[in-house]
Amino acid sequence: MAKIFVIGIGNEYARDDAAGLLVARGVKKQPHEGVEVLEQSGEGGKLMESWKGADAAIVIDAARCGGAPGTLHRFDAGREPLPAEFFRGSTHAFGLYEGLEVARSLDQLPRRLIVYVVEGRDFAAGIGLSAELEGAIPAVVAAVTREICEIQDGASLEAQSNTR
Amino acid sequence: MKNKTIKVDFLARVEGEGGLYVKLKGKTVADVQFRIFEPPRFFEAFMRGRDFREAPDITARICGICPVAYQMSSCHAMENACGVKVEGQLRSLRRLLYCGEWIESHVLHVYMLHAPDFLGYEDAIQLAKDHPDAVQRGLKLKKTGNEIVNLLGGREIHPINVRVGGFYKLPAQRDLAELAEHLKWARDAALETVRWVATLKFPDFEPDYLFVSLRHPDEYPFNEGRIVSNRGLDIGVQDYEKRFEEQHVEHSTSLHSVLAGSPPYCVGPIARYSLNFDRLPESIQQVAREAGLGPVCKNPFRSIVVRSVETLYACEEALRIIAQYEPPESPAVKVEPRAATGCACTEAPRGSLYHRYRIDDQGTILEAKIVPPTSQNQNSIEQDLRQFVEPRIHLPEAELQWQCEQAVRNYDPCISCSTHFLKLTIDRG
Repeated sequence: MAKIFVIGIGNEYARDDAAGLLVARGVKKQPHEGVEVLEQSGEGGKLMESWKGADAAIVIDAARCGGAPGTLHRFDAGREPLPAEFFRGSTHAFGLYEGLEVARSLDQLPRRLIVYVVEGRDFAAGIGLSAELEGAIPAVVAAVTREICEIQDGASLEAQSNTR
Repeated sequence: MKNKTIKVDFLARVEGEGGLYVKLKGKTVADVQFRIFEPPRFFEAFMRGRDFREAPDITARICGICPVAYQMSSCHAMENACGVKVEGQLRSLRRLLYCGEWIESHVLHVYMLHAPDFLGYEDAIQLAKDHPDAVQRGLKLKKTGNEIVNLLGGREIHPINVRVGGFYKLPAQRDLAELAEHLKWARDAALETVRWVATLKFPDFEPDYLFVSLRHPDEYPFNEGRIVSNRGLDIGVQDYEKRFEEQHVEHSTSLHSVLAGSPPYCVGPIARYSLNFDRLPESIQQVAREAGLGPVCKNPFRSIVVRSVETLYACEEALRIIAQYEPPESPAVKVEPRAATGCACTEAPRGSLYHRYRIDDQGTILEAKIVPPTSQNQNSIEQDLRQFVEPRIHLPEAELQWQCEQAVRNYDPCISCSTHFLKLTIDRG
């Protein structure tokens, strides 16, 4: 059984920035074996600590990248670097992109690291998601849940082939 | 005469997103605007109608980097309103918690945000490729700060164990003993950090700053003290708003804080250090001298050395607090609400953070005012840029822009606290 960390990033007092946290809470409602759900502010140094010890991590963040609000992007960050331009809208000087790529430089990434970014519209201080994001949350929770199942299935297949 | 405007749409390695606009006219600087686009002061409005006990947890959400500062200023302000003073070991534990935040925040800035400027790297990612040992040391040192905040605050992100009157739960002795072992390593790493940054090359730039900071009779300031300057200001925190006011400027939606009748003032590490050098232990004063600092530091680029010295102090102070710690009888003192106004100022890593609240006899918050360090430093940042750019006006565009960005990063501006997204713009038209 792979140890998977699901890490929601955001600030619930910055409207759409809360999306990552809400997805994490949604995933937590349906417990999965081997899965730990964490919430983070997105500060890169802490993120680097948070995925230590995991076989796989799934990170969910909201960002403003020029696409339509609610659009979901998936990056297989364990395989290839994150696109820098995509993460320019981070509220952190040393955020997800920087923490992840420094970890890559130091060979400190988990074996699998999947990043989901959902496009937000309104990042002003305040409570409550914009309508587009509100509507997108269940689909993101479902995508993360599928990802968890695929990782666990892959780990179980790997374990079976190792025992043969 | 040729007019030139430097425009940069994105300011890297500062917390948040903001803007910088520099207009050049021939060989002189015609205008500098450090732009912050601040949404309405949501948190001040959001606090109204809430219970006074909620203030530490709500204000901790303002900033992911310095939640402890917001908790400390709000707790002290509420206790001030209710006529309660938290003393003894609970006060010491609050200092210990603040040590954790200073270590986390300063080390992040020193290694990940500021050091790349001096070593010629685009960012910490490139720095980590060439200097993995230094970056690993920084990350481990920062982690020790996280551990303090985790132990005292209950968790690293938006700590929840802090309350008006003290804490919800006291730390276990064995956890403090384990933390002390990590802090011994951290103290050595912090000393190594001071020596590492002391070898960097700093531009020759020393503005005649008006420094403002807390000053305490005996301690290097965290939670308590009078508000002083290097030009004779010496007031109690209750008089803050009689001397400091916030002004709206057209180019920024964040309010600019000014000291009435005075030039722009500077808060943060170099101000705090310069006004409190004599409050550092002799051993740390010696380390600072060996790193090339005098008792006053006016070169903002050397703030990387000052942050490292303050990190060393935070490690030493944390060890001192743990060594003398005896558990108090209760994790908190009782705080009963009364109709009153209370204020407090504490030293966030980036500088003085002022809170004022008016509450009714049931403890409902009627009014809140929060003045973060970055909004106080905006005028000082603009003044630095005016003075810094003119002798360097001949530099190629990219070089000048890079140096301007560095001059802003000297302040470690936490724009997340005073606004949300920041766009940076330098323009040569």
